[in-house]
Amino acid sequence: MNPRGRYAVVGVGNTAYGKLAGRSAMSLSVEAVRNALADAGLRPADVDAVLTKAPTSNFTMLWSAQVAQAVGIVPQVTATLDQAGASNIGLVGYAMWCIETGQCHTAVIVYGDNPATGSRATYARPRGEGAAYGMFGVPPWYALIAQRHMHEYGTTSEQLGAVAVACRKHAAMNPGAQFQSPITLEDHHASRFVAEPLRLLDCCPISDGAAAIVVTSAERASGMRKPPVYVLGIGQGHPAWDVPYRSTLTTSGAATSGPMAFRMAGITPADVDVAQLYDCFTIVPIVTLEDYGFCAKGEGGAFVEQGRIALGGALPLNTSGGLLGETGMPGMQLIVEGVRQMRGECGGRQVPDARICVVSGQGGVMTTHATLVLGKEVP
Amino acid sequence: MATDVTERPAPDVDEENAGYWDSLRRHELALQRCADCGRFWSPAGSFCRWCLSDRWSWERVSGRGTLYAFTVVHQVYHPAFREAAPYPAAVVELEEGPRLLATVDCAPRELRVGMALEVGYRDLPEGFTLLAFRPVTGGTR
Repeated sequence: MNPRGRYAVVGVGNTAYGKLAGRSAMSLSVEAVRNALADAGLRPADVDAVLTKAPTSNFTMLWSAQVAQAVGIVPQVTATLDQAGASNIGLVGYAMWCIETGQCHTAVIVYGDNPATGSRATYARPRGEGAAYGMFGVPPWYALIAQRHMHEYGTTSEQLGAVAVACRKHAAMNPGAQFQSPITLEDHHASRFVAEPLRLLDCCPISDGAAAIVVTSAERASGMRKPPVYVLGIGQGHPAWDVPYRSTLTTSGAATSGPMAFRMAGITPADVDVAQLYDCFTIVPIVTLEDYGFCAKGEGGAFVEQGRIALGGALPLNTSGGLLGETGMPGMQLIVEGVRQMRGECGGRQVPDARICVVSGQGGVMTTHATLVLGKEVP
Repeated sequence: MATDVTERPAPDVDEENAGYWDSLRRHELALQRCADCGRFWSPAGSFCRWCLSDRWSWERVSGRGTLYAFTVVHQVYHPAFREAAPYPAAVVELEEGPRLLATVDCAPRELRVGMALEVGYRDLPEGFTLLAFRPVTGGTR
């Protein structure tokens, strides 16, 4: 059975993003759920599944059960999924399965965290033997990938910069974004190296905030407060092995995840009107665009140049600013923006007549990947 | 006196990888090799990465390899690296197949993917030894 169009997102909500001192991951999560339920026109009692990605700053057991308690829901299903930044899309898949099999009918999926003002131990922790060699945090590992991509395909720092410029341009059109000022390629080039070839403006910030979505069956979705946004396709692919040991650094899980989701949706990249691609570092959307088939392998750098990924270009990318511009939150904001684009709610940053949006999530150091194809209607 | 006594974080040595770290201490790089399928693997584990056999032994490798990927880290994440920054970190592909995390003993600007390397070692005052590969003059493999 092809699940295309059988499930829909009927509510989205988020908090402010940035440095939110004094706000706990739980407090932020509850606010996002409250906003998503209000958007859907639902009460907590209308929801019977609470699904979470664990806060990275606060790994704790049974997090989804704790969130259910705090929002006053006694659910049929709780679950916390650990696919890092791919978890939010992974949880959409789990929600679809639980609805399909009658275990629940309406799920809220929420991610909230406060690594900017709370603990960021997870982000700074040494990874295995890495610390002994000075490989701390996340950027040096992505730097290995970026450098290898440059070696194999001639990708340039200017091309990485084009991703940051587009995301910051879009963020400046989003009143809710953390970064309100656009940047130029010169700003990118002038920013200091963090780990060569990655400069500061190649890296997303570490941010506090939360976002949530409500997923239900297409039958239930019709007649709700907002028009449903349909799940047309979903996929995942997990290279899994640590960076030094995986077979390639320049092809990611997107290479299997994307085609899987596109096949389910019955579309090709040419059918996609707008894309929200995970951009913790500028190299990532470049690799994802290649792996999804928007261009040939190695041509992602050229693809993002000449304004092609800016609003008004052939494929507007990360229209709310993405991780690089809206907030460094690991991925839920991309689904939220995808839904808003399909509803036509995005004001000055709305892509005209957008009917199909692809969203990606990925976690670790391109360790996991998930793809979600959203549609304004079921083609 | 403002002496920096901060130590580099030591690798986590456990029952599975002790053979690897001991081989570095002896300056005789060794990896696990499967007695059934003959292949080497890294990082260390109790079963062959390729056929899940538990018949294996630590075997010395050639020490010859090429630079697979590198970065030059500028950000000071840890006080022990303050003076070293910017410093290189690398993934080296051994002639035998496995890739290893390592550093390379050369100026960062001389690093090139594909450059030929030979194994070297850096004994640290903290009491452990790291892999520090050296460029092979004029070599690209």
